[in-house]
Amino acid sequence: MYRAVTKGLTAVLFGIWFALITTVFTAMPANASGTIKIGSFLALTGPASFLGDPELKTLQMYVDEINQKGGVLGRKLELVYYDTSGKAKVAKDVVKRLIKKDRVDLIVGGSTSGTTLAVIDIVEREKIPFISLAGSIKIIKPVKKWVFKTPHTDRMAAAKIFEDMKKRNISKIALITGNGGFDKSGRAQCLDLAPKYGIKIVADESYNNADTDMTTQLTKIRSTDAQAILNFGFGKAPAIVTKNVRQLGIKLPLYQSHGVASKKYIELAGDAANGVRLPAAALIVAEQLPDTDPQKPVLLSYKEKYEAKYGPVSTFGGHAYDGLFIAVEAIKRAGCVDKAKVRDEIEKTKGFVGTGGVFNMSPEDHLGLGLDAFKMVEIEKGAWKLLY
Amino acid sequence: MGMYEQLLQNLITGITVGSAYALVGLGFAIIYNASDVVNFAQGEFVMIGAMSAIFLNAAGVPYVVALGLAIVITVAVGMALEKFAIEPARNASVVSTIIITIGASILLRGAALLIWGKDIYGLKPFTGEQTIHIGPATMLPQNLWVMGCTAISVILVKYFFDHTKTGKAILACSYNKKAAYLVGINVKKMLLISYGLSACLGAIAGILIAPITFFTYNAGVMLGLKGFSAAILGGMGNPMGAVAGGLMLGLLESIGAGLISSGYKDAIAFIIILLVLFFRPSGLFGKSAWERV
Amino acid sequence: MRLLGLSIFAVVIALLPILFPENYYVTVVGVTMFFHVILAVGLNLFMGYAGQISLGHAAFFGMGAYSSAILTTKFGWNPWLAMGAGVALVWFVSYLVARPILRLKGHYLAMATLGFGIIIHIFLVQYDTLTGGPDGLSSIPELSLLGWPINTDLRWYYVSAVVMLLSILFSLNLVASRHGRALQAVHGSEIAAEMMGIDTSKVKVHIFVISAVMAAITGSLFVHEQAFISPDSCSFFFSIELVTMVVLGGMASTFGAVFGAAILTYLPEFLVVFQDFKVLIFGAILMFIMIFLPEGLFVGLRKFVVYIIQGRKECLSS
Repeated sequence: MYRAVTKGLTAVLFGIWFALITTVFTAMPANASGTIKIGSFLALTGPASFLGDPELKTLQMYVDEINQKGGVLGRKLELVYYDTSGKAKVAKDVVKRLIKKDRVDLIVGGSTSGTTLAVIDIVEREKIPFISLAGSIKIIKPVKKWVFKTPHTDRMAAAKIFEDMKKRNISKIALITGNGGFDKSGRAQCLDLAPKYGIKIVADESYNNADTDMTTQLTKIRSTDAQAILNFGFGKAPAIVTKNVRQLGIKLPLYQSHGVASKKYIELAGDAANGVRLPAAALIVAEQLPDTDPQKPVLLSYKEKYEAKYGPVSTFGGHAYDGLFIAVEAIKRAGCVDKAKVRDEIEKTKGFVGTGGVFNMSPEDHLGLGLDAFKMVEIEKGAWKLLY
Repeated sequence: MGMYEQLLQNLITGITVGSAYALVGLGFAIIYNASDVVNFAQGEFVMIGAMSAIFLNAAGVPYVVALGLAIVITVAVGMALEKFAIEPARNASVVSTIIITIGASILLRGAALLIWGKDIYGLKPFTGEQTIHIGPATMLPQNLWVMGCTAISVILVKYFFDHTKTGKAILACSYNKKAAYLVGINVKKMLLISYGLSACLGAIAGILIAPITFFTYNAGVMLGLKGFSAAILGGMGNPMGAVAGGLMLGLLESIGAGLISSGYKDAIAFIIILLVLFFRPSGLFGKSAWERV
Repeated sequence: MRLLGLSIFAVVIALLPILFPENYYVTVVGVTMFFHVILAVGLNLFMGYAGQISLGHAAFFGMGAYSSAILTTKFGWNPWLAMGAGVALVWFVSYLVARPILRLKGHYLAMATLGFGIIIHIFLVQYDTLTGGPDGLSSIPELSLLGWPINTDLRWYYVSAVVMLLSILFSLNLVASRHGRALQAVHGSEIAAEMMGIDTSKVKVHIFVISAVMAAITGSLFVHEQAFISPDSCSFFFSIELVTMVVLGGMASTFGAVFGAAILTYLPEFLVVFQDFKVLIFGAILMFIMIFLPEGLFVGLRKFVVYIIQGRKECLSS
């Protein structure tokens, strides 16, 4: 009896599985609505969530706005996105899904360097244009045909920071970084550039991005003769580092990278954030720019719209804005969504005024921003203050 | 001088974090004693306590009331876990109960994700952030709160088990359920109370450390696992042993991170698990190395 | 006759991509399912038949995976040799830890395997100069069979299907053999088995190593299929998923493990639609099954069907 039932049951269950696969799952919606599909993968949860969250909100807000104005090339835009939790493996899986199941036309996403770097292989192999929202210079150097990015690189951040340190006669610093792709890439850039500015790195500590306490590493730093501390990281961890610095009574100047350019960082770090300096895109200090700055109108417009709906802006949302509009403009110029043609047009982006700066891309430069678009900012009384 | 300064600083961090582990480990031990269940959702009690406090406080509830309510909420969750997951499966195999509590842990995390979102949150410290100097090392008032409250909680728990009728009844259940039932102890109620007590301790740990570290929906996982390690180190089934285990784990982690490498410090807890289980399964203060089949 | 089910299964798998070409759920998710099946079947031999528990199985998967990844990318080894090295490493390590760990039972065994798994995971995350840290390693060279490169989704589909079918066959044969009976004897009662002359330690150690090696091979294949590896693929959570697959389908049943693996591979795909609810639903399902159907879905369903067919006459115990 049991034998028969087992066999029968196996057959039935098997049949169900088969039926499911063939019906529910294979009912792949042909692109009936004729939309232009923009795929995205963002860190909506996890230690990098305050990068992914404004990125998603920005993309959603502007896709809606563009659609209300009639769409692009007469077609509506459709945003298909997935959460990566900041994990490289998840990024890989969802990008595969975006390409093979959702059949997106291009991808604007990758909140973190780690997740971006993990998908470069598949993007290149499947030949789909990809605009990344992450910082590491490794994303675009060496140049890859289908990969672009909108934020300033970690190398630029390091350069900007070292320039400022030189102005303050700082020659010995302590470096503390996390274990994410951006952190490690940033650290490598720092180690490479520091000697060129006459700066010596006397301590080099690291933490896990998911750690909740860095007092041990900072205690070690406290006992060196460093004149300033440089924390190269993003998301939650730098906020904890900042708090710990204050907690341990360390009075040295603290520098961060643009991986913390969000109000959330100030919120989490509290009072300890005051006095911290970082390089950032002009978006967060838009009102403080001179009226002659070509970026100002674009920045203020974005800021107004975003803040009316969601609250304080962060540069991460700005990077998403840049990515989306560079893509949209490229599609318009190409006159179609053929992936190769769109890619070519993205590469030809010139004079695009975005939140990160004025973009001028080329076959060798898939970022297109100069150091001048990066501003030095200090946090004063819980708000961003433009230094220069 | 740098060495001494570092050691002192590590000591402070170690005792602070060790206190949290101690409370979690204690919670584990209580549940294990009462129901022979290894509760993988213990860390979630800590998370729920912390998150509830943060959100109630942010919603306008007065600080102290928010803390109290957070504990009440967590206790309710703990009891619900016992009533709806553990009790129906009381005759299940070891593997089954392990998976049930793992499932519970995942469920609670999923619920937390829905209710509180994916963001990261901090709590205001109990009494401010003025740095206190102890020789060359520094500490925050919150560190003192953590150490103090943990000590008080542990003493109260010990008193509860040693001197109150309910406490002794729970201990009786842990020795032999049938016998306890036969002498008139309401075993079901005792189980419910044990889970509630365990959840309470977890919530307290969460509230204490929320001002120092940040919490998010999955912050409980590692804490749970380490409290686990504390309980094993102290000897599964010995509540006070778990407390000692927690403190020791905190110190070992902190000093190990300072001396050797901070990256691998999480591994310390698990290496301890292996070493204890290989060489002295009854832990440092365990009752006896009973083989649990 | 015994293999009829397996043969039908094989035929259907072979036909699916032909009937539904370029289908994400068949070629992409299917490959993932095949890998999960091999892992689950291997773990089932240890947990279901030998009656042990392992909460750290992902570690062996990870060791095989990373051996392949590191040796091929950083040292330029031939992928097959790298896989062999991974297998050898896992064989060695699992043999080494087997004896001390398998002396433990129940909760203690669970905790020890848990600790082992997490230590390996931490090592993979921390030793980033070798392993690439939390963001892992990419650009892993492709695998080829005697000059035939496995470089499309379809080719991977067939290759992994073959390996899966072989592993199911292996498991079925093992269970039906003398060794299989020894395993079940150990599961039933170690003391009785000893008295019958079975060296229970040796049996347990052997099956542990076998299931570990199966995991290692799967890890290597996985790495070449994905051309990527990160510690998230071999975390504590993955170990739990594997245990769930075995338990869900019903332990001590090779096809139960296949069933469990199939469900747990397709379920998350289905749940992606409910992105925010995904974690909650997964936990709820897990708890529900374990509380009410602890013998697994397969056995539970079977009982149900028998109950219906035979009415209330028969006793419901299997």
